[in-house]
Amino acid sequence: MGTPSRWQEFKVGIGPQIKELRFMLHRVRQSPLSLVGMTIVVFYAAIALLAPVLAPPNPSWATSKTFDPFIIPRESYQFEPRVPNEIHLFGTVEQSYDLFYGIIWGTITAFRVGLWVVFASLAIGLLIGVTSAYYGGVIDEIMMRFTDVIFAFPGLILAMALVAAFGASLDNVMLALVLVGWPGYTRLIRGEMLRVKQEDYVEAAKAAGCSDVRVMVRHILPNAIYPIVIAATLDIGSIVLAAAALSFLGLGAPDNFADWGQLIARSRNWIGLRGVVYWHTFIIPGLFIFTFSLGWNLLGDAFRDIMDPTIRRR
Amino acid sequence: MEKAKDLLSIEDLVVKFYTYEGVVEAIDGVNLNLKEGETLGLVGETGCGKSVTSLSVLVLVPPPGKIEGGKATLKTAKGNLDLLNRDEGLLRKIRGEDISMIFQDPRSALNPVYSVEDQVGEVFMQHRLKELSERALEIIEKEAQQSHYLKRVSLNYQRKMLKKMSQNPRALSLRILSRIPIANRYRRWVKKEARKEVVRVLGAMKIPDPDRVADMYPHELSGGMAQRVVIAMALGCNPELLIADEPTTNLDVTIQAQILELIRELKGRFGSSVLYITHDLGVVAELCDRVGVMYAGNVCELADVMEIFKKPLHPYTQALLESIPRPGKELKSIEGEVPSLINPPLGCRFNPRCSKATDICSQEKPQFVEVSKDHFVMCHLYTGGS
Amino acid sequence: MSTLIKTVGLKKFYDVTGGVFKRKIGDVRALDNVNLSIMKGEWFGLVGESGCGKTTFGKTVIRLLKPTAGSIYFETPDDVLEEITEHENPSQDSSRLKDLARQYDLSTFKGRKLKQIRRKMQIVYQDPTTSLNPRMLVKDIAGEPLVVQKIASGMERRRKVAEMLGKVGLTERHLYRYPHEFSGGQRQRIAIARALITNPEFVVLDEPTSSVDVSVRSQLLNLFKELQEELNLTYLFVSHDLSVVECQSNRVAVMYLGKVVELAPTAELYREPLHPYAHALFSSIPIPDPTRRRKRAPLKGEVPSPVNPPPGCRFNPRCEKALDICRKEEPPLVDVRNGHFVACHLLK
Repeated sequence: MGTPSRWQEFKVGIGPQIKELRFMLHRVRQSPLSLVGMTIVVFYAAIALLAPVLAPPNPSWATSKTFDPFIIPRESYQFEPRVPNEIHLFGTVEQSYDLFYGIIWGTITAFRVGLWVVFASLAIGLLIGVTSAYYGGVIDEIMMRFTDVIFAFPGLILAMALVAAFGASLDNVMLALVLVGWPGYTRLIRGEMLRVKQEDYVEAAKAAGCSDVRVMVRHILPNAIYPIVIAATLDIGSIVLAAAALSFLGLGAPDNFADWGQLIARSRNWIGLRGVVYWHTFIIPGLFIFTFSLGWNLLGDAFRDIMDPTIRRR
Repeated sequence: MEKAKDLLSIEDLVVKFYTYEGVVEAIDGVNLNLKEGETLGLVGETGCGKSVTSLSVLVLVPPPGKIEGGKATLKTAKGNLDLLNRDEGLLRKIRGEDISMIFQDPRSALNPVYSVEDQVGEVFMQHRLKELSERALEIIEKEAQQSHYLKRVSLNYQRKMLKKMSQNPRALSLRILSRIPIANRYRRWVKKEARKEVVRVLGAMKIPDPDRVADMYPHELSGGMAQRVVIAMALGCNPELLIADEPTTNLDVTIQAQILELIRELKGRFGSSVLYITHDLGVVAELCDRVGVMYAGNVCELADVMEIFKKPLHPYTQALLESIPRPGKELKSIEGEVPSLINPPLGCRFNPRCSKATDICSQEKPQFVEVSKDHFVMCHLYTGGS
Repeated sequence: MSTLIKTVGLKKFYDVTGGVFKRKIGDVRALDNVNLSIMKGEWFGLVGESGCGKTTFGKTVIRLLKPTAGSIYFETPDDVLEEITEHENPSQDSSRLKDLARQYDLSTFKGRKLKQIRRKMQIVYQDPTTSLNPRMLVKDIAGEPLVVQKIASGMERRRKVAEMLGKVGLTERHLYRYPHEFSGGQRQRIAIARALITNPEFVVLDEPTSSVDVSVRSQLLNLFKELQEELNLTYLFVSHDLSVVECQSNRVAVMYLGKVVELAPTAELYREPLHPYAHALFSSIPIPDPTRRRKRAPLKGEVPSPVNPPPGCRFNPRCEKALDICRKEEPPLVDVRNGHFVACHLLK
């Protein structure tokens, strides 16, 4: 056998990973709730991708310079919402914003908020957690105490205060949630890394002469990452809920922005006795937020079941 | 000499594990018999099925394993018990009372949040509740006579409960009352009696200062001490059969010597029969009367310990004995690896590694036959097939 | 034969912290003044029970752990060693000693110097399941030392890895697999390949056969012997399995609670262990022969913890023949008859 080509090497090299993937899918199939979770997430992803098709923005706007598909169209300036009818599939919200449009484009916003916030928190958490765990000693103490300080504040309250200070907008909500969320990941990553740090193969790598960075990146991190992936997936749901909460309080997106939390905020006046008539204003966006979070939660649980080391054959 | 009776006999045991990769034929027709009062050693490598065999006797095989066939019979004074077909309730009575098991790692066999007294006492509370409550009753009667009126009232109530306990330990009223905080004070009389038993049995294990040890928690015990506590738990109710699954593998050599000495003494004192599972041939030579050698889910040879060491018949046994490191001698190893039991080799499972394999060995599975007195082998070389 | 490794007064203490401010309240004396010399090409056995410090010694000698005190002289020519012992005398000029130390004493090495010397000393761990990174392919595990030490790259590296795998009994097919796809014995071979790929001089074998089956054990031991002859290796074989150590080692040292209590050529040590602890230890080995019953020298009590070692000889609380002096003074390790060292007051 001569020297194999790059492609051949790649095919052989990917073999074991494919086997692992198939094993994971098998485990997913075995648990019905994980299938439900995956279906929900895939469903929402489809909606997000097909948004321009499902709820096409007003074509006359396409030429306008200030075109932003996330601005919900309104057909009038009438204050009261209207129940679902043929023109507005889900009815309209206060000030006559079309609910259907808002929901569809709000899906994209939900993904954006969830993924970006988790990604950023994860990045910060990784950076601090990894260095803290690897070096230990004084560095570890300082970083951990700083993390503890942030942890001491109740998350949502602190986020509210930050957004109030920065000014109300969806981007600021995301920023605040990142600032409040990174300590959780730091703790988690640090814990996992401390556990993996003691394994024999890490020591063997040092015996071979690996530099600190190499040991961290090549040996410790890939083995410590699973619980973090699970936590992140579970978190996406919670982040969307938190952002909705902040929007409900009026600290999030502006009136006409397509965001589920904001849509519920529009329904503040209509909850209560009059809510029986205008149930669609809060039930529908609420339902979407609920199922979105549920889907991610179930998916996270599914990951946890799949990656549980006692069940895996590893 | 009167022929000793069989205490435990296992016939044609079949156990399969249904895993993602396929069906693992862990045990494929195992035949064993253990005589009263003897120590039977079960030797074999990792994956040969010795632990699964012992777990099958107690019907404790964890899922995805299933016992698919065969018979396991325990012959006691009460009669023959067919172990594999009993229901859970009867099995629970047998476990701990007639058959006990001790495991490899004493630290994980002990629950870290309960003290030694609680754990060893649990065996007594399960199986000896009647005797303990009777004894407690006697003590409480004496106590009641000596106390003044108020105390006597509460003692009377407790005495009533204890009497009920001694008659019908599993009564519904008792089960409810035992969970209510003040109403269950009657239990402490029984617990005190249980503690006396615990201290007694810990002393029998040659544990120094058993009174103090009874109050300790597992993390305060050393490896050897923990293993003695586990043995105390197992022998507390004087079972007929003790199954020991590699109890000294994780211990230091000097502690192992102490534990082996202890087991020998206890065997003599209590007359229990022991099924001792190990991979250490030295321990087998020291402790066991008869030896069964297992390979890949079969017992390939079963004989008296002298016979096994002096006249091993099965090629695997011979190879195993030759691979024991001896100074000055060249170290012979067995070629190849233990086969995966998902697709075991056809015919005799040892044939791919056997230096004396013939054609029939890869086609037909040999029978388990008695070649000479009490010496069983599963090999075509001795069954005339060629 | 030249001395490959010589440790002088090697100590490894761990701090025991306690109290609210986590102040140091004591030491765990894992290694306490260990002086051993290992010759080139030797198979040196180190035995003892759990907690005696043998694994710590193995890891400290190759600088996986930093010694608290003492020196480790690696590959030092014999005349330099003599010079060093002369200079140990405190009245002498210490700057020459410092120079020599910086050059040969491993305990002073740092940074790049330490990294370079690592390619000459390697270790094989006890449990092959935890000593291999479960997320790395076999070719990467075995090839990593080459990458890190910048010995070879690309095709050259592939070739060396394949060659080394062949030497330990695996094939090229095994390159692209994960460790969990292999049996225990095969995983240990991968670990051996990883250890030997940089062509080291000295390999610490930390109970490499304890976690594998009996049949695999003999395979691995034969493999070690072959590799030692082929690659001119020196082994430090740490084990609690006395029978295995007996068969292969040239010399054996017995440790107890961080100190060496006896050191002798193998045959002599096993035939006639002089130290009471060694005697008890060897008599506890079960003999795989049912006709012979060994006379046991019973050992009382349990192994005490290395945190508060008893004063005087460490073994005195459990020793049947303890004298008064044993409780007060620590016995030194002396040569009682050509090459047989014992640390016991009874034998002076």
